[in-house]
Amino acid sequence: MRLNNLLSQKKAAITKKWFALVIKTYPSETAKFLKSQKDPFANPVGRTIYRELEALFAELLKGIDYETITSSLDPIIRIRAVQNFSPSQATGFIFFLKNVIRESLHKEILEEQIINELLLFESKIDELSLIAFNLYMQCREKIYELKANEMKNRTFRAFERAGLVSEIPEVEPDLKPIINIKEASNDS
Amino acid sequence: MSDPTPEELLLGIDPKPPQTGWMDTPVEIKKGIYCYASNPKSVEYVGLPYPRQWNPIEEDWNLPENWKEIIYKGFRERLDRFRSIKVFMDICVRCGACADKCHFFIGSGDPKNMPVLRAELLRSVYRNDFTAAGKILGFFGKNFKKIGGARELTLDVLKEWWYYLFQCSECRRCSVFCPYGIDTAEITIMGRELLNLIGLNIDWIATPAANCYRTGNHLGIQPHAYKDMLDFFADDIEDITGIRVDPSFNRKGAEILFITPSGDVFADPGTFTCMGYMMLFHFLQEKYGFDITWSTYASEGGNFGFFTSHETMKRLNTKMYAEAKRLGVKWILGGECGHMWRVIHQYMDTNGPPDFLEEPVSPITGTKFENARSTKMVHITEFMADLIKHGKLDLDPTRNDHLKVTYHDSCNTSRGMGLLEEPRYILKSVCNNFYEMPANCIREQTFCCGSGSGLNAGENMELRMQGGLPRANAVKYVHEKHDVNMLSCICAIDRAALLTSMEYWVPEVDVTGLTELVANALILPGEKERETDLRSEPLPGMEGDDAE
Repeated sequence: MRLNNLLSQKKAAITKKWFALVIKTYPSETAKFLKSQKDPFANPVGRTIYRELEALFAELLKGIDYETITSSLDPIIRIRAVQNFSPSQATGFIFFLKNVIRESLHKEILEEQIINELLLFESKIDELSLIAFNLYMQCREKIYELKANEMKNRTFRAFERAGLVSEIPEVEPDLKPIINIKEASNDS
Repeated sequence: MSDPTPEELLLGIDPKPPQTGWMDTPVEIKKGIYCYASNPKSVEYVGLPYPRQWNPIEEDWNLPENWKEIIYKGFRERLDRFRSIKVFMDICVRCGACADKCHFFIGSGDPKNMPVLRAELLRSVYRNDFTAAGKILGFFGKNFKKIGGARELTLDVLKEWWYYLFQCSECRRCSVFCPYGIDTAEITIMGRELLNLIGLNIDWIATPAANCYRTGNHLGIQPHAYKDMLDFFADDIEDITGIRVDPSFNRKGAEILFITPSGDVFADPGTFTCMGYMMLFHFLQEKYGFDITWSTYASEGGNFGFFTSHETMKRLNTKMYAEAKRLGVKWILGGECGHMWRVIHQYMDTNGPPDFLEEPVSPITGTKFENARSTKMVHITEFMADLIKHGKLDLDPTRNDHLKVTYHDSCNTSRGMGLLEEPRYILKSVCNNFYEMPANCIREQTFCCGSGSGLNAGENMELRMQGGLPRANAVKYVHEKHDVNMLSCICAIDRAALLTSMEYWVPEVDVTGLTELVANALILPGEKERETDLRSEPLPGMEGDDAE
């Protein structure tokens, strides 16, 4: 696994470059802030993206454990799913990694072994993008669910509280069983 | 190489972020960010001008023909009337200290949500039309204007005002960091007043304000329904404690009037806080003969007039004091509300004076609330902290042992009135597991819930989640570090907004009012052994018991 060794050696530089590209999807004034403010509470967007990209790349070098990948990808997608991005922009930052790797290995890439390994590695990135798509959809569905639930709580619950809704009582009244159709037709 | 790079491909799908300066980047009103326009009936009901149907995403906002003239005149009047606004327009040196302190900027990444830039939206017009320098530069053409940071008021500029002034929750975090003490919230307040002069409010503000003016609360709940709700809570309290509480309503001659936001009466989890007030008052009545009444007319502490205009704010605020006068009480005790307290603390001296009331004194401890000498209104946490300090409450904090609690300083009570220690003192007295969030997210530096100042609508959910991120991020940290599962606060908007924000960002954490935690711990005289907390969740040690 020569590729993995190479990528591991360049891990810090690759993560940094990947982060820089993701940050470039924000307006320039914002990008400056996201990059420079290192306090995770003053800059949750920038720091979350950096931290999780680092974890994602480390995980890709190991393999793809769905749960670990999801726990790192979710915080980034959760943020970008409510920012002013189209779905492709919100999730497409995954593909930036391909280019970062190709650029940083531009010499080694000509070797046959490396190119074969790289193709395999890039499939992992593709897989990552599909997980990102799932997460993005989950976040968007959650947003609509929150909207719907708030609306429901504000209207229905208000009626309910004001005693305008008659609920099914906890103890059901004793009802006689409904006579089945056959018997009913016999009677007639 | 002719093949496009992945990011070229990606950026080909959608345009890049704007590469132009802010003045040349036109506003794009986006779904999920903007709130619906006000219902004309609500605008009309409180006597505000130009009620009409209009839609923010349509080109034509049906503005009055002379809208520009109205705005200019309103701007001039306010510059003359409010010295603060005049100073705030002039003294900003654009140092940028505030720029990255706004939760909406931090969460959205939209540079126009930097407080300095949001203020520049108005300031640019101020420079153009109300300063000598602006007028002189304007003489040399548009580019010269731009150098001086001035621009003409156009329809696009107006739309930009509207869009961004309703992306500010008036939380004032930015003002904490301004070396000149510029209060950007006041700039938003003035900007919204100007927009209201031409009928450009949002419905989540206009309709609650109209409802409050008519029936006394935001939801338009009538007195009998208000009483029914409290009766319903009394049933629940009886189930949990075996004690029947009996609150009194609109009782003339009571010593104290209690006013709380209607959210406590009608929206979970505020309802549990409301039960908490009822239990506290019952306890105090039984033990010390405490004499307090609720009012079904002053049934709202919140004041959405505050987000509309000074006059509307004053009108709604006056209703509470009118009821205090009618009932002949000595002073007012106020519940867990946010902007009610901002109005009381910062505007009551011009709204009042309520000289028909007395300087509040706790009938139980004898403590004189000198800080409330002019407002005649005491905050429930000041009142409770004083009771606890004097050993007047019988508390069993182990009943909150199933909770690991953190505390969100509500913007209005922390930055707006300096209420920092009392809630913490109470929390430490009623629960054993209390963990602070990091220092730059609490007290004066607290992050807004993301939905204050009338922005807690449903249609702007993305905006609310953006604005809620910095707070949620800090909650997530204490959740992961200390296993925190409960976020306490003392504001009804917080209780509604944080609930949704937590569900998106940190679903393991629930939201509570402070008085709910007090009531969990409070031992009522003659109560049965409690098996559950106020939410009917089993108490620690009672989980497996089948009481029936």
